[in-house]
Amino acid sequence: MDAIIENFFNVPIMVKMFPFLLSGFWWTIKLCLLVVPLGIVSGLAVAMLYATHIRVLKWLVIIYVDFFRSFPPLVLLVFVYYGLPLVGLELPALISVVVAFMLNTSSYYGEIFRAGIESIPRGQWEAARSTGLTWLQTMVHVVVPQAARNVAPDLTSNTLEVMKFTALASVVSFPELLRQAQLAQGLTYNPTPLIMAAGMYLVLLWPIVRLLSRMERRMLAVR
Amino acid sequence: MPGTRGAVTPGPPILDVRGLRKSFGPLEVLKGIDLLVDPQELVFVIGPSGSGKSTLLRCCNRLEEPSSGHVWVDGVDILARATDINAVRRTIGMVFQSFNLYPHMTALGNVTLALRKVAGFARPEAETRGHVALERVDLAEKAAAYPNELSGGQQQRVAIARALALEPKIMLFDEPTSALDPELVGSVLAVMRNMRASGMTMVVVSHEMRFAREAADRVIFMDHGEIVEEGPPERIFGAPEEGRTRAFLASVFDR
Amino acid sequence: MQKVLDNFFNIEVMAKYLPNILDGFVLTVYLAVSVVATGIVLGLALAILRAFQIKPVNFLIVIFVDLFRALPPLVIMMIFYFAFPYVGLTMSGFVAAWSCLALVLAAFAEEIYWAGILSVHKGQWEAARSTGLTHLETLIHVVLPQALRLAIAPLTNRAIAISKGTALASVVAVQEILAHAATAQAFSANTSPLTMGAIAYLILFAPLVTASRWVEARYAWKR
Repeated sequence: MDAIIENFFNVPIMVKMFPFLLSGFWWTIKLCLLVVPLGIVSGLAVAMLYATHIRVLKWLVIIYVDFFRSFPPLVLLVFVYYGLPLVGLELPALISVVVAFMLNTSSYYGEIFRAGIESIPRGQWEAARSTGLTWLQTMVHVVVPQAARNVAPDLTSNTLEVMKFTALASVVSFPELLRQAQLAQGLTYNPTPLIMAAGMYLVLLWPIVRLLSRMERRMLAVR
Repeated sequence: MPGTRGAVTPGPPILDVRGLRKSFGPLEVLKGIDLLVDPQELVFVIGPSGSGKSTLLRCCNRLEEPSSGHVWVDGVDILARATDINAVRRTIGMVFQSFNLYPHMTALGNVTLALRKVAGFARPEAETRGHVALERVDLAEKAAAYPNELSGGQQQRVAIARALALEPKIMLFDEPTSALDPELVGSVLAVMRNMRASGMTMVVVSHEMRFAREAADRVIFMDHGEIVEEGPPERIFGAPEEGRTRAFLASVFDR
Repeated sequence: MQKVLDNFFNIEVMAKYLPNILDGFVLTVYLAVSVVATGIVLGLALAILRAFQIKPVNFLIVIFVDLFRALPPLVIMMIFYFAFPYVGLTMSGFVAAWSCLALVLAAFAEEIYWAGILSVHKGQWEAARSTGLTHLETLIHVVLPQALRLAIAPLTNRAIAISKGTALASVVAVQEILAHAATAQAFSANTSPLTMGAIAYLILFAPLVTASRWVEARYAWKR
């Protein structure tokens, strides 16, 4: 028991390392604020390309989506960060992380939005087009708002996954929460910072897990 | 052969359809339709299901792309390449069997969307016009209600207001009362009656024969993608000339 | 162009490191299969346990599920591998990766099964119990078969996603595909091993991702 407290919940180390970890926590939040909106916007773009029902575009979208869904995000990240510099494309860690994640998350968000858009009955399109709205106006004002509502649990679930992915940035030495915790562990020869980092992740992510459970329950109720 | 004209108003027709054909794959559902609709005329289209009535309506605003033929709406060739179809659609109101209201918008939101995005009115002006349109269908007090808070009849009236608000030259009704419980049909027909009284040009696909008899200027009977017979309601209902028309009417009134 | 070819598709380098990548491929498959087998069985066990509605047990299950859904898998893996030894619990990188990913999958799977169980109509329980079946018999013979059908599509997607998490094991010194590829890349100062690694993942996951599309269409939740 003492060993657990000494090594996992060591208060002096917690106090000492808190500012250091907090700097990582802010970076994690900033990464989320960058990666999630970019993923949503690019995913929506991917889904809209699919919905044009232009055969070539449709196939390109399916290939793009399945291609990038086939790689672990960490592999994409390592490829972008370590691979591209060798051909003279040296990207800062932040850009590498954002690019690698966008390839991955746009595919996932794209799939979700595609399903949502397809769930909207044809009558909605016809009604909107019969009043003179263009394809794009119909998409933006009539279809996407309903589609997003229909797939809200899936969107939330994917957002949770994307936020968790940000921990991967530690592998390319990006100073986010997990990276800072590892450094702190090295400095103190004590794993308390890792446990602290887990606690901070919970502060950020547990509310989303709860929200998700509520949404999934509600979806069941209306089925 | 151009369609016979109703005798309501002289002058150029609002809707002019010539030689309209439409195929879905090997299936030809419209086999050369000619139809003229004059200003302020109410034309009723009847016929068995699968006769091509709905497709005819949907070709008139290019929700379906005709395979061949011509359609002019208020003098505009809607099939011409140079025509801005979205601008033309604003002048052709359409009402659907399944209402197709936008469930994520209020009644007023449904009515004002195209006013803002197609007609280009600023929000306050669009809302003023939206309220006027809702008043015309007797639903002024439901402006803030969402579709799922309205009865079927009320939803259909909002859908009519959505089309009316754009001040169309002609209104197309695709079985507007078929999805309604019997007790709710009356309110929708009442609105249509008012529209006719105020001079709206209308083409109605419907099974409401009593309404046709009382309100239509002209009844068109379609079967197998062709216009079989047309004329004033008294004649079509009272003394149909074609065997197919008689058989259809008998089957309808038997029910 | 030549530079790109030399760096990303260098035949010489590829030939040299192909055996390593193959070793990694085998280990990745082995790890993924272990994780999926353990995870979906453990998840089912938890869902069945939860169906008995014992308050304290359910509370613990919900805590477990929330915790493993909320924390990034890499954080959990690091705690298993780097922190647990401090309290006398030492495990190999493989065990750390396997247990971490299996527990994460179990948490997600439990939620999926549970949602399936909840969606079975109450009348099914009542009908079965009225014929004299016990609670457990009703669950196994009547409710679960219906629930499992609903669980297939989301479970497939989740299992694939977590199998891709095997790439994380490279961080805890498991010699799977990514670890071999990254090491070879560092040795050869050439990106080709990473390209090979990426292709290996593509061979492994592209068929699964494509198949999941089919599964989704076949076993779609009827909303």
